[in-house]
Amino acid sequence: MKKFLAALAFLPLAAAVSTHASEAGYRLDHAPIDSTDLLSLQAGARTFVNYCLNCHGAQYMRYNRLTDLGLTESQIRDNLILTDAKVGDTMKVALTLKDGKAMFGAAPPDLSVIGRSRSADWLYTYLRTFYRDPKSPTGWNNAAFPLVAMPHALWSLQGERGLVVVAGKNHGPAEYRWSQISAGTQSTVQYDTTVRDLVNFLVYVGEPAANDRKRIGIVVLFALLILFVFAYLLKKEYWKDVK
Amino acid sequence: MASRLMALWDWFDARMPSVAEEFRKHMAEYYAPKNFNFWYFFGALSILLLAIQIVSGIFLTMNYKPDANLAFGSVEYIMRDVPGGWLIRYIHSTGGSAFFAVIYLHMFRGLLYGSYKQPRELIWIFGVLIYLTLMAEAFLGYLLPWGQMSYWGAQVIVNLFAVIPFIGPDLALWIRGDYVVGDATLNRFFALHVIAVPLVLLGLVAAHILALHDVGSNNPDGIEIKKMKGPDGHPLDGIPFHPYYTVKDIAGAVLFMMVFCAIMFFVPEMGGYFLEYNNFIPADPLKTPAHIAPLWYFTPFYSILRAVPPMFNSQFPGVALFGLSTMILFLLPWLDRSPVKSIRYRGVLFKSAVATFVITFLVLGYLGTEPVTVWGQFGAWLGYADVATVAARVFTLLYFAFFILMPWYTAIDKTKPVPERVTM
Repeated sequence: MKKFLAALAFLPLAAAVSTHASEAGYRLDHAPIDSTDLLSLQAGARTFVNYCLNCHGAQYMRYNRLTDLGLTESQIRDNLILTDAKVGDTMKVALTLKDGKAMFGAAPPDLSVIGRSRSADWLYTYLRTFYRDPKSPTGWNNAAFPLVAMPHALWSLQGERGLVVVAGKNHGPAEYRWSQISAGTQSTVQYDTTVRDLVNFLVYVGEPAANDRKRIGIVVLFALLILFVFAYLLKKEYWKDVK
Repeated sequence: MASRLMALWDWFDARMPSVAEEFRKHMAEYYAPKNFNFWYFFGALSILLLAIQIVSGIFLTMNYKPDANLAFGSVEYIMRDVPGGWLIRYIHSTGGSAFFAVIYLHMFRGLLYGSYKQPRELIWIFGVLIYLTLMAEAFLGYLLPWGQMSYWGAQVIVNLFAVIPFIGPDLALWIRGDYVVGDATLNRFFALHVIAVPLVLLGLVAAHILALHDVGSNNPDGIEIKKMKGPDGHPLDGIPFHPYYTVKDIAGAVLFMMVFCAIMFFVPEMGGYFLEYNNFIPADPLKTPAHIAPLWYFTPFYSILRAVPPMFNSQFPGVALFGLSTMILFLLPWLDRSPVKSIRYRGVLFKSAVATFVITFLVLGYLGTEPVTVWGQFGAWLGYADVATVAARVFTLLYFAFFILMPWYTAIDKTKPVPERVTM
């Protein structure tokens, strides 16, 4: 039956996509994100437009929605729009799917909902586990996403790192030995913060209404609680003569 | 003001007295047993969810685009650019799962108190038809967001029809409207999801309730309250549905809405069980996800489908058993040979069977959400078989045993005497 179901799905024409666990078995780090930290979100937005938006779009996200992050439209226009896009436009990218495929072998995916399909922890781990690999076409490889088509876009910040994987003894977990080949402009702590902010931003972009949702939810639950008290008293009043 | 309204009502009533008549028949003078407990909320809650799904669905169609190139983007447009759109979408997605949760509890109530037994067999049959229609409605609707799980889930389920001997391949082609799931499939699923199937559902719900009101409600004691009538001709243990059960159901509905809103506002994805993570990746016919799982409410049956090995070089037995696992519910009123209705007066055999069935349903449900490798493999002595597959086979047998052995264990089960009047 298992084979049958696989056949039903016309397996497998391309690499499998999976979520919430690194398919390489690399243990995911916890992403210390905070959706209410506006400074972190603003920093993440800056990293996003400078390093990601050249190849990846966020085609469902409008620039002027970033007023959610405590920015004015003119601040967005001056600091975050690096193309000729209008402030009401979505974050489209100039790179076409075809060019992307030709350049990297795989079209860079749209990042509008990447925070929802991949978890925050996965993104946080992935962006911090690139290493130099002469065998790969781009010269880069990734511990959480082996043979990923994307080169290390943030390498000038993190610097170049090397990785040696030692197989675990007695089928235990493999041991990852990282080395720093050349230094980047940021220290490890600074780089972790940069990635944290970027992931925070990507998660926000995945669902911009998330903070509103929670705020409204508290009010709604409180209102329902009061309504329940009255509904219960009404029921009790009617039912007091039922024996 | 009040007298003017009364005058207006009198004018209306003189011209259409059937409104007041039907209200009396189905609400104010419908006598329901006074001992309904917690389990009796879920019928009314199903009606509430049907209304929630229809209203939120209407608003979603105002911005949704049933087009393979636009569908995924239009859902994100609803989530971001339509004012309140995210709320409408979450109401509908949470409502879908909540509908099944409520329906399962409602069906379980029927099982506990023998509500399907004579004279209520027809109510049960309409109920099972509602359940099957609801499954079709959920399956059709799940394609619409056009994510990876929408796409591949539909691909797998439609291909199940293709293994039916002789007509299978043509049937699958006819359902899809194409050789693979595509724009034509999306368009027709949209049409079926927003109008065709909901119309059938509404008709079946009306039949379910009319049939119920003709014979009267069962109760946790499984006693026919119509057998003991007072001098006024009303059942001694009955109370008018309105106002008693309307006010009780309102309180229950508010409590239910609190649970519903807690999920919807704080964990709308419900850890991937209500909204799957992979469904935030746009449908890609060239990229098969490593693990395809349906939403939680289909997984017990999906487990049964996966558990059956191919026989005589055909996958049809698995698909047939998958179909049979839901269809067998129709036979329940005739499989149960017990002289009593309620579990309260049944013996240890029936109680153990129900307990086993609940565990079976939950385990099959859990296994259906996971890859078959989830529990590892047996050693060489069992040919390195997947533990989860073997477990699913055992529980599939238990699932069917519950129904097939029912005529036997309900007939020999030791029952307790049923009182004449309901207990509060």
